[in-house]
Amino acid sequence: MSFKIAIASGKGGTGKTTVSVNLFRWIIQYWTQKVQLVDCDVEEPNDKIFLPEYSLVEQKEIVQLIPKIDTNDCTFCRRCVEWCEFNAIVVIPIAEFAEVNNALCHSCGACLIACQDNAMKEYPHPIGMANFYKHANGSSLLEGELKIGSAMQTMLIGELKQFVEPTSEVIIYDAPPGTSCPVVESVSDSDFIILVTEPTPFGLHDLKLTVDLIRELKIDFGVVVNKAGLGTEDVFEYLKSENIELLGKIPFSKEYASNYARGHLVSNEKAFAEQYNSIGEVLINKFKQNG
Amino acid sequence: MDEITVLSGKGGTGKTSITAALASLADDVVLCDSDVDAADLHLILKPDIRETHNFESSWVAKIDKENCTLCNVCIDVCRYNAIHSTKDGSLEINPFQCEGCRLCERVCPEETISSTRNNNNYWYISDTRFGTLVHAKMGAGEENSGKLVTTVREAAKSIAKEKNIETVLNDGPPGIGCPVISALTGTKTVLMVIEPTKSGLHDSKRLFELIGSFNAKVFALINKYDINPETTDEIATWLHENSIPLLAKLPFDTQMVEAMVQEKTIIEYRPKAEVSLLLNDVWKKLTKGINNN
Repeated sequence: MSFKIAIASGKGGTGKTTVSVNLFRWIIQYWTQKVQLVDCDVEEPNDKIFLPEYSLVEQKEIVQLIPKIDTNDCTFCRRCVEWCEFNAIVVIPIAEFAEVNNALCHSCGACLIACQDNAMKEYPHPIGMANFYKHANGSSLLEGELKIGSAMQTMLIGELKQFVEPTSEVIIYDAPPGTSCPVVESVSDSDFIILVTEPTPFGLHDLKLTVDLIRELKIDFGVVVNKAGLGTEDVFEYLKSENIELLGKIPFSKEYASNYARGHLVSNEKAFAEQYNSIGEVLINKFKQNG
Repeated sequence: MDEITVLSGKGGTGKTSITAALASLADDVVLCDSDVDAADLHLILKPDIRETHNFESSWVAKIDKENCTLCNVCIDVCRYNAIHSTKDGSLEINPFQCEGCRLCERVCPEETISSTRNNNNYWYISDTRFGTLVHAKMGAGEENSGKLVTTVREAAKSIAKEKNIETVLNDGPPGIGCPVISALTGTKTVLMVIEPTKSGLHDSKRLFELIGSFNAKVFALINKYDINPETTDEIATWLHENSIPLLAKLPFDTQMVEAMVQEKTIIEYRPKAEVSLLLNDVWKKLTKGINNN
């Protein structure tokens, strides 16, 4: 079984991608090359930008099954309408009209079981891509890319996980921002979650929301404070009072921000390298405890 | 009445700080926080809650173990793999995986599955020093944030209509998925806040493509432009090619964070700072741009 680490944040722009890619590189160098990074931020996948040496080997289209109603067979009984909890079906008996609204359909399959006239059949609709990237050292990147205009990001994340490399020793999920369903889908099967925050009032507020969520999910977690030195010390007091493990403090530097902006990520500066060493050590210990 | 929605694609580019600053420049405005997932605007606006409304989330199914005969019909129909066998052999539904389709409830021959709705989502109408704010608090891990976005926007617009207020200023969610689609539907003006990073440009391009399927006028500003002048130039060129007016290039300024810590907008905290002067100009151009349409 792979050891799965999820990187999440609540607030956007705190440094999930930075931490994900740096840890991915650290794991390759000091732990194992059997590691896969999975970019679950399917709305805005950015990991690849920082991994130019990984080359695209395969692409798979991910589809959602959406039913269509054959009005030749439909008796306009409206049973499917009653069973659809998402208000995605319109049936007007007098006009002999029956249609599924693609944008509202959750592909639950209820209408197919509801229909007693065999008038519904499912057809695939693309919602995005799974992109597979590889490196000669054996490590890989799996990227989900939501089709623009699709609202099915959560379903795409779930489908993307079907393609995770099962022989990987370690899997890193780079989660989207927020605290709702796409985040749950990204982190729910992980063994350990790293929450990345910044020491600002917005960062702390959203961290608290995310901690509430992770505690409900009952998954072990720790916090990395990125851009330390900016803002206030409040986040450290919060972590202490809540007994939350502080995994690392990555200092803020305008120079580092500039490097990131240019698509260069790994800083050789000692202060950064030390932080990733200690976060990496914690992860190895968690992995050993996990058996 | 016009609605201005602040979006970015990438998270953390400065949407909320800029929305709050623009709010303090507007004479007459209704404010709306449609980033219901991780709402932060209230941290600056310090709202006085006037009305609290409950927002019904989707259904969550539960199995009554007493009467369950373990026939597994529910497992066969559930497409979300939300129903699991527990160690004691009984069946259990994981509420976080449950989509709320209620199909298991309908097919269970023993009628031992029932669904309930969570009541831990709220939305509020509040008074702030810059005008009325409509905002929300979502329960952790909830679905339907798109519907909640629609709810707060509708409320903000009807308040504006009622009070004869010209502008609704809307702090949007990150990304391009379901909540952003809900934030975009019917909005007339979008302000894109872009940071000059490779990710910022990549994400803005995806957002702009999405906006293209809606009928909205798009404006842009580049935040922290000086952390990467080359990418700023690249973004400016891209904006020009797509006829998106670039309203300002804001410099990186730690006073933005200091203002946030003081629970103030940058306009209130440092009215003469370069960022503040530039944002004054942005608000003028934005409102003028709308009136020209």
